[in-house]
Amino acid sequence: MIAHLPILQVIIPLMAAPLCLLLRHPKLVWLFSLLASGLAFIVSILLLQQVMTSGVISYEFGGWEAPWGIEYRIDKLNAFLLLIISAISTVVLIAAQTSIEKEIPKEKHTLFYVLYLLSLTGMLGIVSTGDAFNVFVFLEISSLSAYALIALGNDRRALWASFQYLIMGTIGATFILIGIGLMYQMTGTLNMEDLSQRLPEVEQTRTVFTAFVFVIVGVCLKLALFPLHLWLPNAYAYAPSIVTAFLAATATKVAIYLLIRFTFTVFGFSFSFATLPLETLFLLLGLVGIFVASSVAIYQKNVKHIFAYSSIAQVGYIIVGLSTGTVMGLTATLLHMFNHALMKGAIFLALGAVVYRLGNIQLSSFHGLGRQMPLTMAAIVVGGLSLIGVPLTVGFISKWYLLTALLEKGWWPVAILILLGSLLAVIYVWRIIEVAYFKAPLVGKTPVKEAPLLFIIPIWTLIIANIYFGIDTRLSVQVAQSAAQSLFGVSP
Amino acid sequence: MILGLLNYWVVVVLMMCGLYIVIAHGNLIKKIVGLAIFQTSVFIFYISMAKVEGGTAPILADGISQYSNPLPHVLILTAIVVGIATTALGLALVVRIKEAYGSIEEEDVQNLDNQTQVDSQQQVTEGDQA
Amino acid sequence: MVVAFAIIRMKDLFAVVMLLGIYGLLSASFFVAMDAVDVAFTEAAVGAGISTLLMLVVITMTGRTEKVTRHKPLLALLVIAITGALLIYGTLDMPYYGSADAPIHHHVAPRYINDSMQEVGIPNIVTSVLASYRAFDTFGEVVVIFTAGIGVLALLSVARRPEDSEDITALDDSMHEQNLVLRIITKILIPFILLFALYVQFHGDFGPGGGFQAGVIFAAAIILYAMIFGLSNARKVINQDFIQLITAVGVLFYGCVGLVSLFNGGNFFDYNVLSSDPIAGQHLGILLIEWGVGCTVASVMIIIFFNFAGRREMQKINNNNNNQESSS
Repeated sequence: MIAHLPILQVIIPLMAAPLCLLLRHPKLVWLFSLLASGLAFIVSILLLQQVMTSGVISYEFGGWEAPWGIEYRIDKLNAFLLLIISAISTVVLIAAQTSIEKEIPKEKHTLFYVLYLLSLTGMLGIVSTGDAFNVFVFLEISSLSAYALIALGNDRRALWASFQYLIMGTIGATFILIGIGLMYQMTGTLNMEDLSQRLPEVEQTRTVFTAFVFVIVGVCLKLALFPLHLWLPNAYAYAPSIVTAFLAATATKVAIYLLIRFTFTVFGFSFSFATLPLETLFLLLGLVGIFVASSVAIYQKNVKHIFAYSSIAQVGYIIVGLSTGTVMGLTATLLHMFNHALMKGAIFLALGAVVYRLGNIQLSSFHGLGRQMPLTMAAIVVGGLSLIGVPLTVGFISKWYLLTALLEKGWWPVAILILLGSLLAVIYVWRIIEVAYFKAPLVGKTPVKEAPLLFIIPIWTLIIANIYFGIDTRLSVQVAQSAAQSLFGVSP
Repeated sequence: MILGLLNYWVVVVLMMCGLYIVIAHGNLIKKIVGLAIFQTSVFIFYISMAKVEGGTAPILADGISQYSNPLPHVLILTAIVVGIATTALGLALVVRIKEAYGSIEEEDVQNLDNQTQVDSQQQVTEGDQA
Repeated sequence: MVVAFAIIRMKDLFAVVMLLGIYGLLSASFFVAMDAVDVAFTEAAVGAGISTLLMLVVITMTGRTEKVTRHKPLLALLVIAITGALLIYGTLDMPYYGSADAPIHHHVAPRYINDSMQEVGIPNIVTSVLASYRAFDTFGEVVVIFTAGIGVLALLSVARRPEDSEDITALDDSMHEQNLVLRIITKILIPFILLFALYVQFHGDFGPGGGFQAGVIFAAAIILYAMIFGLSNARKVINQDFIQLITAVGVLFYGCVGLVSLFNGGNFFDYNVLSSDPIAGQHLGILLIEWGVGCTVASVMIIIFFNFAGRREMQKINNNNNNQESSS
């Protein structure tokens, strides 16, 4: 069975989705999805182990060898991503049953889990595959289910947000499709490994240049890279809390993975950074993104909005790491993807708990919440500190690597700007802490209880992971570093 | 032999028509129509590149040696399905938006949204004063 | 092209949708001209058929005129000017249309054309690539359509209350009683359409066709029935829960073919191990997965249509009730 791990990774949640539809009973469906996601998580751990010890795994569908059939190709980068996605999905699912009880009508619970599993399948599929067109197919699975999940939010603005996302997402996907078509036209192959070998022959042609631009723009639309981020804040703010927690922690990571995969593996690092001024472009967009999004976050009244804008800012940090084009910078990027998933997963889950008790998420309703829901609020505080990058949290580790990478390049001013950006994060996190801990509860409002146990367990699992990986960095740093090295073709 | 590229140029013009409709039109159904046109023209692009002069449809038969490339056909079959899936979901959203907002014009919906935002803020501030 | 421009200018949504249908048919004929018969078949069924139909249903719910205001035309023009120019720039280095020495005809494709007869054993290359070489893509496609079905169900399904049914029948009767000719013709036609769907399903190995097209045609027959005889009658014929079941079973069926080959010692979707003779195994595998595709596609299409139409019915009932209240 070990040889079939790559396919099991994707096929378990995939087959579980229609089975859920047959089971129907919401509680059962929940346990079943949890089981499927948990199994996927175990598979991803095994895969990572296997990749770290014995190198790249290739799995050929139908027994047809690579450029003719579809191939799954797991290297350190994919295995790392698979681990992040399936871990977050499993943890988030623990809280799902409790959370959607309040937010989604009962007869739609089964459909919710089916869509959730499909979305998970889509993301795992995008990450595992080594075939460019297969990426497009699984991208659509994950996006279509994400649109539907967001539209399940009980605010009518969720519908509008979802529609905007659908339009932007489809344009993005079609751009990627055009890019893939152009690449195929010049090389005659769809397999990524094969593409990377055949593209250099034709890399001077204008067609390949166009293909590259289309793929990058398409991915950046999905990524919500500033200034293509407009769909994101509302989509995150009005979606059901569980969906926000899941998507915020994973969806952008998958898009970044695609960006890395296409720029580094398919087109090759030297082509990518030589043909387009990617270095300056990413650096500028990243920095502007950090500042604009962080400043907007400060003025938001809806707490989910605050953290949604903060997500855009965090994408900025990740892109800045990428723009350095060094092993160190890429390590920082990968680390931050891992760490950001942990932080945002925890924070949005905690917000879900607040919604569960309060029914809304306006900042002004947070008065005195620090005493009423101590565990939940403490989780938000630790998550916030991690966002800022305080030592002993994971946020510190990735900021540290990012700064080292920038200094290594001699980009002093950028490093200072990054630190300034963190100060902005201090402000928006402080606003929440201030309201929750230093304002008395509103008069005439019934006090609320601490969140149920099924919320507290997953939230604190993620928070403890936040602190654990902030102190014991061996695992994450080692994997990220060797993944980055292998992308640059340096033997570790 | 500039004519050799003409087919692609027509496709580009079609794509841009679709994209223009998506961006410039406020009506949500029209936007979906635009997306459909955009996608369909990408399909035509794929199929154009599969064509071989003098070839026939890729169904094996005796006495024919030249076939068009089957792979893009396969890809586009998949892509058409993806397209209809997106269209269906988009239209479902349009119906729900019409029910929730009473309009399917982008501007109206956005205005209504801004209003709700202001309203809820007012309520909250009133709550604060009380 | 003229059609596309007309769509930009047109304000009446009804006309726009009709033009979209024409556009779908035109591109289908384009595909035939470029040797892609399978694709043309699908595009004609989907672009000109199903999507036009869905849009019409939606328009009856949302109103058919578009507002005059056109915002951001400058931005839009800018965006399309840039992307268009880039694409044209990209085409400059492309191999010419129809030239046989373009790279795509030389790397991967020749094996499909030359060897698929020995390796898979069916004459339609598109089907063998679709269902065997790239079976996983097709599986992904089935999952996409499954996702769309579930998504529409999640968005539009209405809880059915028994007291509504009277109103519904009242509504239906008023709409359909007069068209006797139409009803008889439909009754004669439907069995033939269903038969044709089965033919397409099985004939996919040899000519254009296959599970997807068959599914769409099958669904079209059911939808026709629902349109002529009213939704509630159609619901009696086809149970909603049953249809959902079929959807899930279709996907599972496809996946299980993969799993079985896994347990028989091959890779996922390796049909060679399904039977002692590899070619027979390939045949069996392709036949089975085409059934999976057909089931899922047909039932998803029906689900989508029924939910749109059901939603419309509900709106009408609500309107009626409101009118009655206001008049009394």
